[in-house]
Amino acid sequence: MEITERALWTLIHGMGFGGLYLLACSGALVGLYQLAASPTSPESRPGHERFLRIYLVTMVVLAWAAVLSGTYAIYPWYRAAPPPGTVDLSMFPQRLLMSSPATIGWHSLGMEWKEHVGWFAPISITMVAFVFIRYGRDLRNHRQLQSAVLIFGLASLIAAGIAGFFGAEIDRYAPVRGGNTIEFSQGEAK
Amino acid sequence: MSAPHNAMTPETPPLTNGSGTAAIFSSGVGCFVLAVLAILGDKSALVKGGLAFYKPTGPLSGVTTVAILVWLFTWGILDWRWRKKTVAARRISAMAVALLALSLILTFPPVADLL
Repeated sequence: MEITERALWTLIHGMGFGGLYLLACSGALVGLYQLAASPTSPESRPGHERFLRIYLVTMVVLAWAAVLSGTYAIYPWYRAAPPPGTVDLSMFPQRLLMSSPATIGWHSLGMEWKEHVGWFAPISITMVAFVFIRYGRDLRNHRQLQSAVLIFGLASLIAAGIAGFFGAEIDRYAPVRGGNTIEFSQGEAK
Repeated sequence: MSAPHNAMTPETPPLTNGSGTAAIFSSGVGCFVLAVLAILGDKSALVKGGLAFYKPTGPLSGVTTVAILVWLFTWGILDWRWRKKTVAARRISAMAVALLALSLILTFPPVADLL
């Protein structure tokens, strides 16, 4: 069982940082809503507030790790230009997608949207975390801020969802390959 | 025993909405600048070349770096000016949400291609 270095980075970017971020998003939205909207709920205890603060900071780290690893580690491999005359485009995902009318949309719509919209997630969640850390339970006294924080949190989930969906599909049609091969185990015939 | 964070005591005045509003509005500005730069980079070869701060990543490196810098700069300035003030949070937050929505629409390639 083996994996290439580039595929491992793609896995860390997509399933590690991005996937965990998406999983955490809905939980954060529910937590923020509960804490800010229902003053008498038991969830408004200081312990819960502290937990949510740590939870949001973790999400901020995940979101930035996802976009930075995607933009500066994986994207250069994705958009690498093949030398003239290259016939086998399997090492050049962008060109591979663009080489067929059946797959060109995954680049021209999918990647073109994903590469920009994904950045809305860290910007939004950083703001959400900052406002929550600054105001805490006092956020319920600022209804306008509370609404905006929830809308930006939801937008962050949508942006990460768009990026995640297209990332997964693009990797299915034109996976990022190459680099050193990492061997996990040697298979045995049964 | 220390008081919990953000606890209201007779000595501590309630937090104004200025700091939170500054963070919200600057986020909207950051997203919008990113969307506008992405379109400009797509339409103009000159802008595209100028935004290629890191060659392997191409113009995306410049689009995101400039947007992040504008976001943080706007945030810093607004926070400095509004921190102790009560501002028109409803109107400013609505503008921020509108900028965010516009950014989501503008980054959608079929819409960007129409411009």
